[in-house]
Amino acid sequence: MMGSALAVLRREAQLAFARRGEVIQPLLLYVLIVTLFGLGAEPNSPVVQKAAADIVWIAALLSSLLGLDRLFRDDLEDGTLEQWLIAPAPATEIVALKLFAHWLLTGLPLTLGAPLLAWMLALPTYPASILALTLLLGSVVLVLIGGFAAALTVAMPRAGAILPLLILPLMCPIVIFGTGAVRSAMHGWPVSAPLYFLGAIAVLGITLIPWAVAAALRNALD
Amino acid sequence: MWTWLHRLASPPTFYRFSEAAGGVFGWAAAGLALIGLFGGLVLAPADYQQGDAFRIIYVHVPSAWLSLLTYTLMAVAGAIALIWRIKLAECVLVSAAPVGASFTALALATGMLWGKPMWGAFWVWDARLTSELVLLFLYLGVIALSQALEDPRAAARACALLAVVGVINVPIVHYSVEWWNSLHQGSTVSRLGKPAIAGSMLWPLLVMTAAFSCFLGWALCRRAQTELLRRERTSTWVRELGEAVHV
Repeated sequence: MMGSALAVLRREAQLAFARRGEVIQPLLLYVLIVTLFGLGAEPNSPVVQKAAADIVWIAALLSSLLGLDRLFRDDLEDGTLEQWLIAPAPATEIVALKLFAHWLLTGLPLTLGAPLLAWMLALPTYPASILALTLLLGSVVLVLIGGFAAALTVAMPRAGAILPLLILPLMCPIVIFGTGAVRSAMHGWPVSAPLYFLGAIAVLGITLIPWAVAAALRNALD
Repeated sequence: MWTWLHRLASPPTFYRFSEAAGGVFGWAAAGLALIGLFGGLVLAPADYQQGDAFRIIYVHVPSAWLSLLTYTLMAVAGAIALIWRIKLAECVLVSAAPVGASFTALALATGMLWGKPMWGAFWVWDARLTSELVLLFLYLGVIALSQALEDPRAAARACALLAVVGVINVPIVHYSVEWWNSLHQGSTVSRLGKPAIAGSMLWPLLVMTAAFSCFLGWALCRRAQTELLRRERTSTWVRELGEAVHV
């Protein structure tokens, strides 16, 4: 089990290194969206600070969609996916590892970039750190749901247009709790409730979604 | 009972069953709607605060209830399709999505028409409105997915997975939206509470709900039949059916 886990992770790392550009592009989009929001508002307007959490969250959602349709497509085309599904290791476990690797490449950088973007939007340090914390928990769900939608559409040649319609409605609770926690932090209210909700949804997602992803991939290969 | 259910799951039997059941549902829906509309629009007294504008609830409330019921039904059909791989459940699931989306859209549209004179705005960020809108998007996602995949069986099973994940999400969306709104604005446009509604106003509402449910039954039967014919167009029983119609 450890051997197969390491093999999957090593393969993902090598592929990511080979396509460095594609890994960085979503992050550039992330920064660009926030920059354009700043340019769209009145210079140094307090509105930007009030909306900072929304802006960073929307930017994270949109940039995570970039290239998502290729998450499993490349594996399908070169036959890796088929090997994974017939391998002795359970498919759910391999899928979970693949999603974890994807989170390391997208979710984690989005989280680490959040405080920087928050400072650009003049968010004070404490709400900015809460924003990063909500992204840490929320990006897990984002990657899981994104992976689920990518698995559902893996057999589709142009899935890019349908992915947002599948993913974004399911992300509503995450956006509500994520931005709600930051709003509470700005008012000086306790932030534990929305953070617990985010954590609970993340745990629920980690527990259930890899099964759904594996089932969707198996369905696409049938 | 089980053998009957088992036999019902075979496409030709189901086709004949829904031919009859659809007819019953259709006529029941038409009859109940006539009674309900007469009761709601003519017999029920005008509301002392809202005047005649309240009468839109005879369309609004049944469609809102049915929009949630249809999603649940779709997810149950999806679970059956995934667990037992019953083709019929796939047909029902795919057929239910557009009907449910129409109920949701109708609930939103009638809510907006009512909201303009009552709340002074077509749209407010009320918890119920927002979760209904998210429900509409969930339906549209299922419809888009069912149309995007070419193989009907793979499409139906993908939709089944999406519906099952979605139905877990619906309560989370509902409560998160309520939490968001209660945090966001303390005294918002409060809905009318739930006043103990007068009997003369209530019975047409219940009759209309029954009419809408029968409409759902009728629409599901007919859509599932069409879907079944499309999928089984090469099979013998469909050919025999076609010959019987032509002669």
